[in-house]
Amino acid sequence: MGVSPGAKRTARHMSEGYLTTKFENALGWAREFSLFHYPFVTACCGMEYMSTACAHFDLDRFGAGLTRFSPRQADLLLVVGTITMKLAPVLKTVYDQMAEPKWVVAFGTCTVSGGIYDNYAVVQGIDSVIPVDVYIPGCPPRPETVLDGFLKLQEKIRRQKQEWRWGRKD
Amino acid sequence: MGPERLIEEFEKGFSGETVEASRDGKDFILVIRPEALLRVMGSLKEDPFFYRLLLDLTCVDFRRDASSFEMVYHLFSLETGRRIRVKVRLPADAPSIDSVAGLWRNANWLEREVYDMFGIVFIGHPDLKRILMYDGFEGFPLRKDYPLRRRQPKADKGNAI
Repeated sequence: MGVSPGAKRTARHMSEGYLTTKFENALGWAREFSLFHYPFVTACCGMEYMSTACAHFDLDRFGAGLTRFSPRQADLLLVVGTITMKLAPVLKTVYDQMAEPKWVVAFGTCTVSGGIYDNYAVVQGIDSVIPVDVYIPGCPPRPETVLDGFLKLQEKIRRQKQEWRWGRKD
Repeated sequence: MGPERLIEEFEKGFSGETVEASRDGKDFILVIRPEALLRVMGSLKEDPFFYRLLLDLTCVDFRRDASSFEMVYHLFSLETGRRIRVKVRLPADAPSIDSVAGLWRNANWLEREVYDMFGIVFIGHPDLKRILMYDGFEGFPLRKDYPLRRRQPKADKGNAI
């Protein structure tokens, strides 16, 4: 998600203070309602993801209706399902391919902690591979839980410091 | 061929190699000596047994109770609808056995899986390497002496994951 050149120019002329804060608020408001998500679905949690994303629970109500199947077009990585040791480098690569700003949701107990798969083959929590913003527990989580996690993510995005000056040399 | 006749045939044909022959309902269980594997499996595939389909091939770690690994081959006869389990007991240290990949093509990957999980070496296998675990994984995770909570961080491009 980009910022228009006009908005950048305007913002550059503002000094730190009231206007900057207001601008960041506006940016956060825009970002929280325009999440393009990339579903990294590996297991049964995918069923609950489908349920959440489709008409019954309708993730589109929260501005995340556009599913992107390329990490380059996404800013929200939904890690849905068990991540094995063999898959971990792939997940890392997908995360690295996403453009800033980006957020990660660990969807389901397996991604949060490895879940029932306390064994040699499974990553015990994806936060050992990539940073995670919101953890949604459940095996699998009900769609209501997912929506609750999603609202928490939106609140986090709204309140966080908005980075928008990448590449600025000063 | 009736079940009694089949057991007779087993005993007649493989008398030297058979350790034990028994029945489990409709199925047969044959325990043979490791050296006889290729000969027995080759004959089971042909007339009069016709166990042409290798359903599965796996291994059990019996080292604590019987100080041996046990290879188990599940065969199915499309002609008679019967199954047979062929078992082979292998020594606990440096277990190895002839590969049946020459008899059944699907044994290729099944034997690689057994090698990956139990470390059984298949002599004559065309491409014996790990199939499920990643390169650099140490040990054989389904052996009973593999520590339950041992974790091996995966190194990828210099970064430990």
